[in-house]
Amino acid sequence: MADIVSVRDVQKTYDSGFQALKTVSLDIREGEVLALLGPNGAGKTTLISLICGIARLTGGTITVGGHDVVTDYRATRRLIGLVPQELHLDPFEKVINAMRFTRGLFGFPQDDALIEKVLRRLALWEKRDSRIIELSGGMKRRVLIAKALAHSPRILFLDEPSAGVDVELRKDMWRIVDELKKDGVTIILTTHYIEEAEAIADRIAVIDKGEIKLIQEKAELMRQMGRKQMIIELQQPVDAVPDTLAPYGLELGEGGTLVYSYDTRGERTGITKLLSDISAAGLTLRDVQTHQSSLEDIFVDLVQGDAQ
Amino acid sequence: MNLHAIRAIYTFEMNRALRTLLQSVVSPILSTSLYFVVFGAAIGSRIETVEGVSYGAFIVPGLIMLSVLVQSVSAASFGIFAPKYSGAIYELLSAPASFIEVTAGYVLAAATRSLVIGLIILGTSFLFIDITILHPFWMIGFLMLTCLSFALFGFIIGIWARNFEQLQLVPMLIVTPLVFLGGSFYSITMLPPVWQTITLFNPVVYLVSGFRWAFFGAADVSVGWSVLAIAGFTLVCLAVIAWIFRTGYRLRK
Ligand SMILES: Nc1ncnc2c1ncn2[C@@H]1O[C@H](COP(=O)(O)OP(=O)(O)OP(=O)(O)O)[C@@H](O)[C@H]1O
Ligand SMILES: [Mg+2]
Repeated sequence: MADIVSVRDVQKTYDSGFQALKTVSLDIREGEVLALLGPNGAGKTTLISLICGIARLTGGTITVGGHDVVTDYRATRRLIGLVPQELHLDPFEKVINAMRFTRGLFGFPQDDALIEKVLRRLALWEKRDSRIIELSGGMKRRVLIAKALAHSPRILFLDEPSAGVDVELRKDMWRIVDELKKDGVTIILTTHYIEEAEAIADRIAVIDKGEIKLIQEKAELMRQMGRKQMIIELQQPVDAVPDTLAPYGLELGEGGTLVYSYDTRGERTGITKLLSDISAAGLTLRDVQTHQSSLEDIFVDLVQGDAQ
Repeated sequence: MNLHAIRAIYTFEMNRALRTLLQSVVSPILSTSLYFVVFGAAIGSRIETVEGVSYGAFIVPGLIMLSVLVQSVSAASFGIFAPKYSGAIYELLSAPASFIEVTAGYVLAAATRSLVIGLIILGTSFLFIDITILHPFWMIGFLMLTCLSFALFGFIIGIWARNFEQLQLVPMLIVTPLVFLGGSFYSITMLPPVWQTITLFNPVVYLVSGFRWAFFGAADVSVGWSVLAIAGFTLVCLAVIAWIFRTGYRLRK
């Protein structure tokens, strides 16, 4: 897949003097769903704002669809739809007029059939004549999504789409992301929820303190996560792995424990055999624990590693 | 040129004006009628004529200017301040629209609104007194230019203002006094000579004077100066907006 967004050595220092992005480079592939994961203040919204033209670059370049976002902003912005993190809407506008406004603003002639399609897709058609102020928080978020889709963008940015959204709506959102992906739309979403990234992303990027810490295929990450460890605590701590247990590839753990790694998705885990061989070797079990490294661990490791 | 964007903003702003119809149209009519009753009828009955025109008729151009200036500034400044305040400005900043198009949308809408109000006030004044307009085309021309230039000025105020107080400050502390001291309700020839000179630094004097000339053919300053003054003011506003556009002043972080 070709890159549709290319971020090169981008830096951002706000007027306050705060450096929100150090030096960020990132390529987004056409048609993928990329999750940007990172703690509060990591720089996720800043990065999106730079790509969309809301904030000014301090250094570096960004291209979207091959066009520079500063010098050729008309070409880049027409390709992009943005759902902001906050519920930024004119409270007195009617839903349908808000949609028409966005479509016009992005330079497209009015197309009521398309607007109806988008509103129906987001279950807002019944509410088309309601004022924004009369909608619930979740509905307002859906209005923001609908507005971002009013000009059929090729790239959609969702800045924390599931903040303040109930389980059902979140599932709905995932379904919409899925549908858009099928239409070939490239989607970049930021989130604090690791399950969300797991559920819908193709690739995952972790950003912290203005730097990209990791960017990897979700499948690859999941493979790493598929590994599980069993920590075997013995009555009598050992200081070497007994020879009879060599085929299991055991490692010596803390406090004289044995650590066995296995693939949870394998046909056999080999646990039963291992345990019987352990007693055959004359060792007595005291306790057994298992531990699975999750995306969350990887995330916490990355983010904490930096704090030290 | 993204004409769709200009139209979208214009439509949005006109919808907003219609939503607040009472505030945007009825209140200027009411206050103008009050001016006619107080200045025109009560005080005017004691003043014979000013520059050969009955006092009631004499104040009509000034009354229109007063409303038009205040309305242009407040409509345009609120128009751009509201999305800044609600955060909805993200959409304007991320749209494939240049600042020229965004400005055009807001300023044309504000100017339309104040033009309509100006014409409604003119219509209302016909109910109170007879007026003949000597140069109707010049009258409309002056009115439109004034609406536009002060909408531009208001737009700048809306971008500059960080809060509601600042938004109200300029119309209240600057525009209204300038209009009152700008010969809206008197001829500046009625002032002592020193004040006549000081008054010449008030841009509104040129507007009111030119506008009054279009009505009655008499003016405090020559029409040429009036046209130059409005054109100059418009250019200054455009230059400031161009600067805002280049630097992203108070809009782009
Ligand atoms: N306009 C601004 N002026 C100064 N500093 C800012 C501005 N906007 C953001 N920052 C700072 O830049 C850093 C990154 O902010 P950003 O909004 O990009 O974080 P984020 O990753 O989106 O966080 P969150 O998950 O909380 O939304 C923060 O420390 C923030 O305080
Ligand atoms: Mg954010």
